Amino acid sequence: MLWLHRFGSLPYFYRISRPIALALAVPGVLLAAYGVYGGLVEAPVDYQQGDAFRILYIHVPSAWLSLFGYTSMAVAGFVALVWRLKLAEIFLVAAAPVGASFTFLALVTGSIWGKPMWGTWWVWDARLTSELILLFLYLGVIALHNAIESPRTAARACSLLALVGVINVPIIHYSVEWWNTLHQGPTVTRFGRPAMEMDMLVPLLCAALGFTLIFGWLTLWGMRAQLLWRERRSRWVKRLFSDG
Amino acid sequence: MLSVFWAVLRRDLLLAFRQRGVLVHHLLFFVLVVALFPLGTGADARILVTVSPALIWMAVLLAALLSLQRLFRPDYEDGTLEQYVLSPEPLALIALAKVAAYWLASGLVFVMASPLLVLLLGVPAHAVPVIMASLLLGTPTLGLVGAIGTALTLSLPRAGLLLSLLIFPLYVPVLIFGAGAMRAAIAGLPAAGALYLLGALLALGITTAPIAIAAALKISLE
Repeated sequence: MLWLHRFGSLPYFYRISRPIALALAVPGVLLAAYGVYGGLVEAPVDYQQGDAFRILYIHVPSAWLSLFGYTSMAVAGFVALVWRLKLAEIFLVAAAPVGASFTFLALVTGSIWGKPMWGTWWVWDARLTSELILLFLYLGVIALHNAIESPRTAARACSLLALVGVINVPIIHYSVEWWNTLHQGPTVTRFGRPAMEMDMLVPLLCAALGFTLIFGWLTLWGMRAQLLWRERRSRWVKRLFSDG
Repeated sequence: MLSVFWAVLRRDLLLAFRQRGVLVHHLLFFVLVVALFPLGTGADARILVTVSPALIWMAVLLAALLSLQRLFRPDYEDGTLEQYVLSPEPLALIALAKVAAYWLASGLVFVMASPLLVLLLGVPAHAVPVIMASLLLGTPTLGLVGAIGTALTLSLPRAGLLLSLLIFPLYVPVLIFGAGAMRAAIAGLPAAGALYLLGALLALGITTAPIAIAAALKISLE
């Protein structure tokens, strides 16, 4: 447990977060670039969807990160509420805008893909609707954090909101699915997903891993900024900047 | 332990009934939203029946949003809330009592008023029991979930729009099952499934939401 306490020390975290962020950024960008390049250029054309399926290489990693981001925020929120770990609070606050951006990206790419595939930008499909509500959950956390002045109180309030939200995410998802099946509109037939070819799958996995590393990098960078702002009156931050 | 529940419930109900004007305002708001709607859509009976589930539930959601802002505010301003937090009694139980009193003074009013309003919209009479049951099961959940948001925004004097962003996404399941039960009942289909799910949500809300409300109140009073 000793390393955990050391990691919880804010100046120590500030010092080591820079190399960690770089260690995430370099392979992250390389993997994402390879994945996107492999997906956009090298992967074979899909026999049903033509070239339009290639947006998948952005869409799927973003959608994955939208869920991963919210879950990790809720875990951090739990840690922050139970053990009052400052770093967990800062993580939660820093991850919210990054996660919200990926959620937005997933929605936008999904709708661009939907135009040629379904013939419309937006379908009230269960998955789309729950992704949209997830975006609102993210925005709620961000708005609450902006509204409350004291950073400590704001972060703790956001922790609780993220926890309440994460309990609701599955309920919302299944209720939306129920609503959609009850509301049997024009059936959007999901083409049975053919088992992916290896030369399609490998770039996708690389892109997903790369995007995840980029998520970690951006969040860590946000944490550093958040940390400096919160501790701006403390001695170690002042010393950090007085040296030049 | 239960005595504190009854004491808070009694006190809040007494306060609510001393201000009958506020009770009437809840009712009037609900009636007005529903009554103005046909002026926007035109008086076509088919359209009104089709949209009535959405209309009733949106009116309930908006009324909840407006009235929830007053749930903890007076107690917060006069310091009663601090005494609640300091008292040795479990805060979650006090929160549950406050939400129960709030619901008796607002949600129950909507349930009582709903038969009149849905008949006004041309909904067939055989659907009325289901509609009342869906409101009876759904509105307490709205109060419980909404109270979490209210408690979190307690330190902000003008939290109305922020509160809507915090709690409306969480209201989605209640809206879906509540309006779903209504739609099924109007179409003459069995609505029991949706009602069971509303009941399940309510059970989950009663057991878990008070803990979250208590935690949120403590954060806001820190």
